[in-house]
Amino acid sequence: MMDQSVQVNQKENPFLSEVTQASGEKIQACFQCQKCSAGCPIAYAMDILPNQMLRHIQYDHREKVLTSKTIWICASCYTCSVRCPNNIDITRIMDTLRNLSIRSGVEPGEKDIPVFHNVFLDTIKTRGRIHELSLILQFKSKTKDFLKDAGLGWKMFRKGKIKILPSRFGGGKEIQEIFNAFEKGERR
Amino acid sequence: MKEISYYPGCSLHGTAREYDDSIRGVSKLLNIGLHELEDWTCCGASSAHCTDEELAIELAARNLAIAQKSDRELLVPCVACYSRFKAVEKEVKDHSKKVYFHYEGNVPIRYALDFFCDSEILEEVKKKRVKPLSGLKVACYYGCLTVRPPKVTGIRDYENPQHMDRLMKLLGADPVPWSYKTDCCGASLVMTRTDIVRKLNDRLLSMAMEAEADCLVTGCPMCQANLDTRQEELEKETGKKYDLPILYFTELMGLALGHRDVKKWFNRHITDPIKVLTARGLM
Repeated sequence: MMDQSVQVNQKENPFLSEVTQASGEKIQACFQCQKCSAGCPIAYAMDILPNQMLRHIQYDHREKVLTSKTIWICASCYTCSVRCPNNIDITRIMDTLRNLSIRSGVEPGEKDIPVFHNVFLDTIKTRGRIHELSLILQFKSKTKDFLKDAGLGWKMFRKGKIKILPSRFGGGKEIQEIFNAFEKGERR
Repeated sequence: MKEISYYPGCSLHGTAREYDDSIRGVSKLLNIGLHELEDWTCCGASSAHCTDEELAIELAARNLAIAQKSDRELLVPCVACYSRFKAVEKEVKDHSKKVYFHYEGNVPIRYALDFFCDSEILEEVKKKRVKPLSGLKVACYYGCLTVRPPKVTGIRDYENPQHMDRLMKLLGADPVPWSYKTDCCGASLVMTRTDIVRKLNDRLLSMAMEAEADCLVTGCPMCQANLDTRQEELEKETGKKYDLPILYFTELMGLALGHRDVKKWFNRHITDPIKVLTARGLM
């Protein structure tokens, strides 16, 4: 059978090598059938469609990819991955791109989403578990959008869905050990 | 009596309390002993794997390291946690990854819906069913991570899964055919891009109603919270009328098995399920 993969010299394309290595996925196998984008429930809101994303990586467009909205609004639903005829796990690649975007320190294409992830991880680090009310309040204190969903919050509170105090338990220390090891760079 | 380890996860201690309560309630009726993992911590969820894949593996792995102290299976009701645990299993088993809190990769990780669809449990349900859910039309909503990716979940009919449909039939309910069983509800964006979430919710709710479902059934705390809580807000935006209760499959199991706390569980929903269940003569 004819090899239909895009022929790009990886030596002249550091970004393709970087993403291929970090994700373990064969990005060059994409032949642009666009099945990923056709099935993506969020494609309508993306600035770069999933199939275009793979092409940009093949062409070494590092900054365009890492500053895109797409990598952040991808909901990780795996529809693209299961439908790719070349078995490329596109959802996994999106994770790799988000990780790279954070590590490269570029301005993210979506403002609030990476902030939310940070607050979420901070909450795990301090408490070991997610206490939803603390998470929401901390996120709101960063985005300054206190009115959004305030009515809904009150409704949920009255239904007994919002727990006021976090649970007490002993696993928190071990979680801090993990975070500390990562911050010191011992676990990479 | 069957004994199983239990990792409830953060949502079930908060917004998804009725899922936790109904799992505990149904398990008791079915003679399943739940042993909550001691000192469990958050699995890291979306935010960990979106930020740092290595950290994500470690956060989830700590819980599996606790679970391996016993030889019981591990029951996981939240699909986000389930998916993260399966990701660890893959790294440890297939790629011989060494994790910080030593884990061998041998704990059988069971997603709650899959577990309750085991044939021996279905037999037990059949025997103990006291109130068949006759006349109740349900839209079985599997969502994303309960079935995808199949190399992680092991589900073969991932584009049109049937196991929840079979369980609902066994309870006496009538699962409606519809095309959105495994479409994403966008839950990971609920705090940040609510506009996208509303669009996906509208599509799911509208299609379930077009299929003439009385309610939508799920086994995911994020899908439930997402679809249950925003219907009024959505009505203002689209001008449509929704009013579609979103139930956990374990709540309907509890109803069919005659659990006395069902009303307490249903009362915690934002979109009231009691109205339609009463109209169908089930409450």
